[in-house]
Amino acid sequence: MATSNLVEVDNVTFSYDERQILKNINLVIPKGKVVAIMGLSGCGKTTLLRLIGGSLFPDQGEIRVAGRVVNKLGDAELFALRRKMGMLFQFGALFTDMSSFDNVAFQMREHTALPESIIRDLALMKLQAVGLRGAADLMPSELSGGMARRVALARSIALDPMLVMYDEPFTGLDPISLGVIGQLIRRLNDFLGATSIVVTHDVAEALELVDYVYYMSAGKVEFQGTPEEVRAAGLSSLRQFVYGEPDGPVPFHYPAPDYRQDLLAQ
Amino acid sequence: MTGRLAELLRALGARIVNNWIWRLGFACRFLWFTLRESGPSFRRFHLTIREIYFTGVQSLIIILVSGLFVGMVLGLQGYDTLARYGSSEALGVLVSLSLVRELGPVVAGLLFASRAGSAITAEIGLMKATEQLSAMEMMAVNPIARVVAPRFWAGVISMPLLAALFSAMGVFGGYLVGVRLIGVDAGSFWSQMQAAVDFREDILNGVIKSLVFGVAVTWISVYEGYAAPPTAEGVSGATTRTVVTSSLAILALDFVLTALMFRGH
Amino acid sequence: MMTRKELDLWVGIFAVIGIGAILFLSLKVANLASFSAADSYRIDAKFDNIGSLKVRAPVKSAGVVVGRVGEIRFDNESFEAVVTLNIDGRYQFPRDSSAKILTSGLLGEQFIGLSAGGDSVNLKGGDTLKLTQSAVVLENLIGQFLYNKAAEGDGKK
Repeated sequence: MATSNLVEVDNVTFSYDERQILKNINLVIPKGKVVAIMGLSGCGKTTLLRLIGGSLFPDQGEIRVAGRVVNKLGDAELFALRRKMGMLFQFGALFTDMSSFDNVAFQMREHTALPESIIRDLALMKLQAVGLRGAADLMPSELSGGMARRVALARSIALDPMLVMYDEPFTGLDPISLGVIGQLIRRLNDFLGATSIVVTHDVAEALELVDYVYYMSAGKVEFQGTPEEVRAAGLSSLRQFVYGEPDGPVPFHYPAPDYRQDLLAQ
Repeated sequence: MTGRLAELLRALGARIVNNWIWRLGFACRFLWFTLRESGPSFRRFHLTIREIYFTGVQSLIIILVSGLFVGMVLGLQGYDTLARYGSSEALGVLVSLSLVRELGPVVAGLLFASRAGSAITAEIGLMKATEQLSAMEMMAVNPIARVVAPRFWAGVISMPLLAALFSAMGVFGGYLVGVRLIGVDAGSFWSQMQAAVDFREDILNGVIKSLVFGVAVTWISVYEGYAAPPTAEGVSGATTRTVVTSSLAILALDFVLTALMFRGH
Repeated sequence: MMTRKELDLWVGIFAVIGIGAILFLSLKVANLASFSAADSYRIDAKFDNIGSLKVRAPVKSAGVVVGRVGEIRFDNESFEAVVTLNIDGRYQFPRDSSAKILTSGLLGEQFIGLSAGGDSVNLKGGDTLKLTQSAVVLENLIGQFLYNKAAEGDGKK
């Protein structure tokens, strides 16, 4: 069935250890777009990424990527699908026992029969795209946080995937690195003709760079729209999230007995 | 009173089933996966060679030095006891049989568990905690085939070699102390040894023991690493568990194997 | 980070010294080289009682190891033990040689003592020794001693 959506999450429910994380959630990711999935910690956004990537299977519902139902694929088919997906993990998850270059070249060496000379060129090109060709021989432990994240980005696009997923790519970065990563996500997406999903709670950065936003809360999609619509939204929980208000639907005070009683009690 | 006792028993039962039996079941399944995914460990042997370097070669110093010292102590203590019965020429027999049959495989196994086993656990645990294994999976590379299996086979291959090196160094140490230092006759030392130590009974059985220990220790190491909770405490707890469980396993298996192998004597 | 060549080198060294250690143990510490079964020939010997003779026990003649016990079977027809001796091919013995089961030391391992006979024809592979002496079984010895003592006592009365 031809559709302009690359990813379709269809009525998915997922629980872990009796805790229901996702409840009948529905969303679509159109081809070629950069889509943000935002929400507070624990709302299920990382779980959603894992479900799309096939690391987890939904209890109910279907996840379709490029028309194929992910949770029904056999091992070989799943691996074939994964070769067309790239994922950037929260802190990079670079392989610490090999250099940056080897990290980027990893997938090429494992999955293709390309000769070393071509792999070398390709890997250097990917590193050049993220501005770190000069750091090719450094080990992950020698890289700063921002640099490591960029090398991981280069690694995730090593095989020119059709879908790139970013799990909290902005966390813990300095403002310059933040800007760089944001730019790279946009530029690489457009350059590769790929589709990107960015899971984040960095509102400012996300609204600058994405085409569409899903706001999740407690396992459901509470709001979806373009960045302008999000900024103008009347939904109080979304407003609190977007503008960082300390008190609102998410209360400031953790539930506690009456203040006066507590102080006066012996 | 009986309420408390029942509660205690229930907790103990729950712990045994949920903790140990569940873990044992998972460990067995994990071993099965490791064996099943072992193809690349041999087809791309350089993966395993790399791990043999980190487990075997880097354990050489501790094995050789410990072997030497154990042999030397055997020489000293052995001479002291044998001289009392006028059998000091049997020193070679005492040193070599103790080492080849028991001390070589067992002590080398214990040292291997503490040095290489804990390193393997920490490494795999850390890779899991920093999502490197998940990243590998997302890149369509099976982490068990690429990370776990080569380490497993490296341990199994290294263990017999290390045990043999330990025993050899020990015999040499016993020779140094007994013949050079104390003055036991060199001829009797070696000839009585050669008469008493049988290739099939002693050497081969020792090698078999060290192979079994290698499988046990490496299995425990990779399992604990893989099953470790992805936190700092989780990994450190797993490393400790590796050393403790491996040591207990070695001693228990040693008893079983010794009973099976050396019964006839 | 080591290059592949360096890794291979070190692992190779490790493998070589490891196997070297096993060889050292087999040849210098154990007795692997001293007896090769390849150029040996088999002789059978029948005993009433083999005591605690075991497979791979030495076969000695004049105190020198000339072979090893190969197999121990039970002959259900004659109800005797049949012991196969693997004799080193370098040594030839006359056809009327005898085999005794001896004990090393007072309570030690049992082995086969081969005494050469005087026949001009030598044993060849597959032959059976005619003269054998079974193991001395301690219980029988004690029983015999007691019996003799008792008989002596009776005789005196």
